[in-house]
Amino acid sequence: MLGLQAFFFYIFAFIAVGGALMVVFARNPVHSVLFLILTFVAAAGLFLLAGAEFLALILIVVYVGAVAILFLFVVMMLDLDLGQMKKGALRYAPFGLIIGLVLLAELIIAATGGAYHPELSQTTALPMQPLYELSNINALGSVLYTRYILFFQLAGLILFVAMVGAIVLTLRHKEGIKRQSISAQNARNPATAIEIRKVESGRGL
Amino acid sequence: MSALLASYLPIVIFVGVALILGLALLVSPFLLAFKAPDDEKLSAYECGFDAFDDSRMKFDVRFYLVSILFIIFDLEVAFLFPWAASFGTLGWFGFWSMMVFLGVLTVGFVYEWKKGALEWD
Repeated sequence: MLGLQAFFFYIFAFIAVGGALMVVFARNPVHSVLFLILTFVAAAGLFLLAGAEFLALILIVVYVGAVAILFLFVVMMLDLDLGQMKKGALRYAPFGLIIGLVLLAELIIAATGGAYHPELSQTTALPMQPLYELSNINALGSVLYTRYILFFQLAGLILFVAMVGAIVLTLRHKEGIKRQSISAQNARNPATAIEIRKVESGRGL
Repeated sequence: MSALLASYLPIVIFVGVALILGLALLVSPFLLAFKAPDDEKLSAYECGFDAFDDSRMKFDVRFYLVSILFIIFDLEVAFLFPWAASFGTLGWFGFWSMMVFLGVLTVGFVYEWKKGALEWD
């Protein structure tokens, strides 16, 4: 990596690692979510440095713009009792440690796998073409909808299930509320809306 | 590669200027502002009474429903971008692949509409 590129890589990497640590150690869960957003943005910067423009911008649009807001909603929907949350935190530490160790082992295996299997680096299913031949978004588009159609359609089904599930779980309609019915409003005409009666003088209806 | 990154130079400058401006506005009050600290200034509103309750109250779950429905269509649009960018080379298979994807989500959208999930009450 060249000088300036390496400089930005280290900036984004330090922000990402520092933000991730603060997600765990921040006392206030809302601050944790804000640090999570910072980590997402730094990760987007790292994607950009790797030449994955589309992924970087999608990371910002989807994760920062939507997922983080969803996290904020979840944090605010829970009844926050900061003292109680800290008490339970230590109980879950062993599980967190195990998951962290598994991830670390995976990273080490991925990074040093070439040492055990020299031909491993050639087994990449579909190496990406150099950026001057094909941009990131075109490289994705050229395989996602045809070669990887199964995963693409599965993603659609997962989104569908998420939509139906969210509605089934959270939708509660109040009874006895007058709702607007636009079709009924538009279908009204003078014949159905008003009634003209002849009133005799001196007498009411 | 370097040409790609060089095209992001304006954004770097923008972020740098925003950082300097933000830090200047954050730090300058500590250096310049008149200070007369008093405990009463931090107490509850002078002619009111102490708060009855915590200001952290539960959000209505309907906000969550709105945002999760938003995120799903956000992702749908995100999938449309690479499809549109490489539309010329995809052929009919790629075209119908996306149409099936959109069809599945449209079924969900119709369900959502008919169920009244887009209405507030």
